[in-house]
Amino acid sequence: MSRTVLVFVKQVPDTQNITGDAMTPEGTVNRAALPAIFNPEDLNALEMALQLKDRYGMHVTVATMGPPKAAEILRDCLCRGADEAILLTDRAFAGADTLATSYALSCCAAKVQDVAVVLCGRQAIDGDTAQVGPQLSEKMQSPQICYAEDVVEMTENSITVRRRIDGGYEVLQSPLPALLTVVDSNDPRPMAARRIMKYKRAKTMSEIRAALGGAEADAAAVSAEAARLDAAGLLIREWSAADAGADLSRTGLAGSPTKVKQVMSVVLTAGEAKKVEPTADGVTALIHELIADHTLG
Amino acid sequence: MANFFQDNRDLMFTLGNLDLKDTVSLREQGFKFTENCDYAPVDLADALDNYRRVLEVVGGICGDRIAPRSRTVDEEGPEFENNTVTYHPLTQQNIADLTKAEVSGVMLPYQYGGLNFPVTVYTMMTEMVSRADASLQNIFGLQDIAETICLFGNEEQKAQYLPGFATGEYDGAMDLTEPDYGSDLPGVRLRAWQDENGQWYLNGMKRFITNGCAKVHLVLARSEEGTTDARGLSMFIAEACPQLVVRRIEHKLGIHGVATCELQFNDVPAQLCGKRKFGLIKYVMSLMNGARVAISAQAVGVAEAAYRAARQYAAEREQFKKTIDQFPAVYDMLSSMKVKLTAARTLLYETTRAVDLRDGYTAAMERGEAVRDQQKYWNNVAATLTPMCKALATESANQIAYDALQIHGGTGYMHDFDVERYYRDARITNIYEGTTQLQVVAAIGGVLQGHLKKEIDDLLALPFEGRAAELRDMLAGFNTKLAEAVQYVNDKKDSAYHDLRARDLVDMATSVYVGLLMLRNATRDEARMPIAERFVLDAVVEVEKRYLRVLSGDMQLIEKKNDILDY
Repeated sequence: MSRTVLVFVKQVPDTQNITGDAMTPEGTVNRAALPAIFNPEDLNALEMALQLKDRYGMHVTVATMGPPKAAEILRDCLCRGADEAILLTDRAFAGADTLATSYALSCCAAKVQDVAVVLCGRQAIDGDTAQVGPQLSEKMQSPQICYAEDVVEMTENSITVRRRIDGGYEVLQSPLPALLTVVDSNDPRPMAARRIMKYKRAKTMSEIRAALGGAEADAAAVSAEAARLDAAGLLIREWSAADAGADLSRTGLAGSPTKVKQVMSVVLTAGEAKKVEPTADGVTALIHELIADHTLG
Repeated sequence: MANFFQDNRDLMFTLGNLDLKDTVSLREQGFKFTENCDYAPVDLADALDNYRRVLEVVGGICGDRIAPRSRTVDEEGPEFENNTVTYHPLTQQNIADLTKAEVSGVMLPYQYGGLNFPVTVYTMMTEMVSRADASLQNIFGLQDIAETICLFGNEEQKAQYLPGFATGEYDGAMDLTEPDYGSDLPGVRLRAWQDENGQWYLNGMKRFITNGCAKVHLVLARSEEGTTDARGLSMFIAEACPQLVVRRIEHKLGIHGVATCELQFNDVPAQLCGKRKFGLIKYVMSLMNGARVAISAQAVGVAEAAYRAARQYAAEREQFKKTIDQFPAVYDMLSSMKVKLTAARTLLYETTRAVDLRDGYTAAMERGEAVRDQQKYWNNVAATLTPMCKALATESANQIAYDALQIHGGTGYMHDFDVERYYRDARITNIYEGTTQLQVVAAIGGVLQGHLKKEIDDLLALPFEGRAAELRDMLAGFNTKLAEAVQYVNDKKDSAYHDLRARDLVDMATSVYVGLLMLRNATRDEARMPIAERFVLDAVVEVEKRYLRVLSGDMQLIEKKNDILDY
């Protein structure tokens, strides 16, 4: 069974280690002040994929949509054990909300051969929507299992998954292909030394071109270098919107119905506390008070 | 999120400023391995970049995974039942994490799946592992065993064992010590005998064997019947098997996470490794020298952990309405700890650099290159620095851990803080792989014969300016006093006096050499100058004291020791 597990990953600003200048005065994320990191739950998704590779010999392809710099996390994936990497990058993808993002990813998924399972982290720490995975499965018209913790078993035609639910877990079986969103349930493996020494050299076409002189780079030299890297398994595929076969009216800002009305910088402070006695009188008094200030009723 | 490489300014400085050009070029043999190995580096910059990247990964594993598990590992330790050692589940996870990071065969050649990294970089890993969990270093740090097989084993033995070491499938133990022979290894009695087919078997006892439950053992045994000295000993490779019985594991003061075993060999089948009769004099000495570097790194790692704990505690603990690091008595201790730590690390990596050059030139010589002079030179430097480094690093680590506990006050004496573990873990470092007293014996020859003379002269000749030049002059003064003291001991021609004062001479030489290294490093990063200056200023009194003691010619202890000891 050598089929493909496709993992979608994302490079995000490190919102877990917020420092003083993490927010601009306008209340938006100051991306320059925050280091770009591998979205944590995407690392769990990658680990799940690599475990499927270890158990069933699956081929692991990782893909990300982002600026050219996002190739960094693809190299990270290759150093941890992924077999192949795709960077979806195009100005036409910029400014995407979850709808446009999931559309672009679905175009990418459609172009990857023999996909049995698509894995996404449950959510990214920058937007925290947890919508992209489920929307992607809708567009792929595949079953989805969200909050996956572990794959119990996989066969030619089905996957059995343990997923987290309130107060416990449940085990579900789905036909393939299927999409799973993965929670923080496994221990992502570190990058491996031998792979680091090899895959740190992996490059996208843009990076090859930049290394050979940027805009003035000799086209023949660029394609020769690309062919050399490709033969060594070191070429990161770089797909534009056109390469992915995406309809430009559905990508990026153009394809994003979400409109930001207002951004507020909310400073949370502890309010005054008031003690309500756990007696009938205490509760009655509270209800009267809430009705009086129109919180209730 | 803690990274024990990236949070360590001194370690990163060291990697960035050690001159590894010759080491790397010897190791990569003109970068010829790229033809057959797709991860071999193409040039010096590529190799250095590999080292940094892999150290960052190991630093992350140490900070995020191993360190948080270390308290439980210390409290619970391995299990021993029915002659079987089972490591603590967290220790097993630690090993699994390091194995996944593919750092099981750091120094092994590419052809066996290794990384072909120099000892210097491997030592940085062992230092970080020790800072996270000193006891884990006793398992991780046994890669020297694979290295020894690689150096002295035959092609079949290398093919049989090295790939397994590189993947982490095999772990090793070095079985040297016996109940009656510790420091006195030439007396080892475990018997090796051969049947009529030439198959070797091992029979006897070994004691205090670190990770004695390992799959692959290097065993020092008496192959020549009727002998009683080092020349009757050979080295053998044995594998874990029913005839190799772990009789018990020790209950130790520290390094609880690793099993220290008593082993019984009941005709254990074994292979001779290298030549007969060279077991101790060549192979085990090489193995022990490697282990001495590893233990020096363990000491530096524990010292780093202890210093940081003390620094943090002193900055948070308030007494008399001030944090205690504001009090001269406390910041004096902290500063002394920091200076000792930096000095130990400086000497450690200068030692590994010499070891790397020695190994590189030895290998080049065996390939037929005309590098005999370089090999001889670096062999002498490494042979002097290795024991000198172990003495300095392990004694300093004990002092640092002691002071770290002192700074914690009563709290430090309790199990609530990690500092008491550092104190316990540090305590073995100046005992095993040769006590400090034995390191002095090993180092004094090189000091008396001037094996560091060229290194010291070259450092003295560097173009220091301003304050650095003044400090250089002070160190030159120490060096003159050292020469006088050496001359005095040589002229006295009294072996008891020589042995008694050897420690003073080795310590003086250490102060001169390490002081110059720290000064040189300070010219590369001026933020290091106050530490170098403090080192030299603290050394003034120390060197003077030792100088006066040597030149006193005081024979009273030698003559009256029994009157003192037996009153």
